[in-house]
Amino acid sequence: MTLVELTDVSKHYGTVRALEGVSLEVHAGEITCVLGDNGAGKSTLIKMIAGLHRHDGGTLRIEGEETTLSSPREALDRGIATVYQDLAVVPLMPVWRNFFLGSEPRKGVGPFKRLDTDLMRRTTREALLRMGIDLRDVDQPIGTLSGGERQCVAIARAVHFGAKVLVLDEPTAALGVKQSGVVLKYVAAARDEGLGVVLITHNPHHAYLVGDRFVLLRRGTMVGHYTRDEITLDELTQQMAGGSDLDALRHELQRG
Amino acid sequence: MTATVERGGDTTPEAPKTADERILHSSPLRKLLTRPELGSVVGALAVFVFFAFAADGFLRASSLSTVLYASSAIGIMAVPVALLMIGGEFDLSAGVLVTSSALVSSMFSYQMTANTWVGVGVSLLVTLAIGAFNGFMLTRTKLPSFIITLGTFLMLTGMNLGFTKLIGGTVSTKTIADMEGFPSARAVFASTLTVGGVDVKVTILWWLGLVALASWILLRTRTGNWIFAVGGNEDAARAVGVPVAKTKIGLYMGVAFGAWISGQHLLFSFDAVQSGEGVGNELIYIIAAVIGGCLITGGYGSAVGSAVGALLFGMTSKGIVFAEWNPDWFKFFLGAMLLLATLLNAWVRKRAEATK
Repeated sequence: MTLVELTDVSKHYGTVRALEGVSLEVHAGEITCVLGDNGAGKSTLIKMIAGLHRHDGGTLRIEGEETTLSSPREALDRGIATVYQDLAVVPLMPVWRNFFLGSEPRKGVGPFKRLDTDLMRRTTREALLRMGIDLRDVDQPIGTLSGGERQCVAIARAVHFGAKVLVLDEPTAALGVKQSGVVLKYVAAARDEGLGVVLITHNPHHAYLVGDRFVLLRRGTMVGHYTRDEITLDELTQQMAGGSDLDALRHELQRG
Repeated sequence: MTATVERGGDTTPEAPKTADERILHSSPLRKLLTRPELGSVVGALAVFVFFAFAADGFLRASSLSTVLYASSAIGIMAVPVALLMIGGEFDLSAGVLVTSSALVSSMFSYQMTANTWVGVGVSLLVTLAIGAFNGFMLTRTKLPSFIITLGTFLMLTGMNLGFTKLIGGTVSTKTIADMEGFPSARAVFASTLTVGGVDVKVTILWWLGLVALASWILLRTRTGNWIFAVGGNEDAARAVGVPVAKTKIGLYMGVAFGAWISGQHLLFSFDAVQSGEGVGNELIYIIAAVIGGCLITGGYGSAVGSAVGALLFGMTSKGIVFAEWNPDWFKFFLGAMLLLATLLNAWVRKRAEATK
């Protein structure tokens, strides 16, 4: 099923053409990768899907229905959850409080209405476990987790609160090789839960590990749109780097 | 790395255990170490033992009652100020707001020849409105709370003196002790109960009640979760749908509520109010909260900690008197305690986070 479909969308900021003629499909249980170097328009694309910016041209369809998103809240209500690079967590708060922040379950009546802390702790633990994250202690401040783990908690949170589409903004950008692998596993776990995933990255190696569809952006335009069986990793890398950064990339690929 | 990964996408990892064997051995100690008020409790015990030896009669029940009374006078305000600090903001107007609250109450009753309870009620509304003004200005202008409340502090200081002189002609209010409703209001805000032969001021009960209420709010309600969140990472809180502005305005109104209780106590213990009082107290409330483990940058702290901070304050201020030392040294001890407690808190927190 096509959850989100962009057809020939464009976005202009005044006289600046940020994005032109981009088409993209997100299917349930699939990962759509958006690849591009810095300044290619990845962030603009993500902001349109997340509801931060409206698109100027083309069409945006959510579950087949043509629409415009006017706020992040609206996107969330329609099941599109975005996990940004600078993650929305409160470092000094325990993992379980962060997990439910803004949607806290309560029990009791009147002035005795209180947080259902047992349920919150247990649910956090179970939701993380379901994604394959075995956390030692959900009471530890989330700031004590590594960047990769925090990313994983954010993903598990989106899955738990019923997101249909998960948009991930460079989830592996600030991480080491091993941590990146861990995060990609959780991305795959989210896909197996039946979510449609949009993975924004500038790393074709990471993209090819998990991606089902690939959208390549360069300087605000779409330069390619492939399904997995239409392209090999080498071709993807070639397309993306345009040859110039190839040596550096080859080096990176050899390590993984 | 605390998350161990078996197989990505595998939704049935090993069966969940009721207790995790990896945390069993260190849990109780670590739990204790992560409490924000630990540093202040250690400090309070040390100061208590010190004055128990250094000051004759410090351990007498009547002396301890005096200490508790001094602590409660600070503690009633330290509780909401601590909550506000956990929420990431300051209130420099808190000290003079107490005086404003007492002045409004007294002058309204006197000028309108109304039952003192009417004045008390009007005072509550006015005080809460000033708190709401602080919060509203802060969330609307996005200026630092230091500036906003410094402005309110100066304006209130001026208004306290100005209005009192304008209305009454002198810098203090007229006594309202002979007015209707005074005895019952005095019973609520400034009475002394006798428990087992010891005089106990009613403010101590107000104080304990506020600590209990604030702890409940912080740890067991959604509002508490929001307070920690807006202080810890405002943008993140907003992104997940926490009403940041409402939470902060509510916190300022909480401080105003504390100021109202303190102000009524001031009025009904002395019948008349000096309009220049209260300046400088705002820093003492902040000091009590910080000694009690509140992070100056927000997002961390406890109501119980602020109570221990206030207790430290009470023990030191009265202990010096019982030890018959020159009270000039009090400020020195207060400063030293503030530094020591803050260092200890920082160290404890670092240790607690490192052991995870």
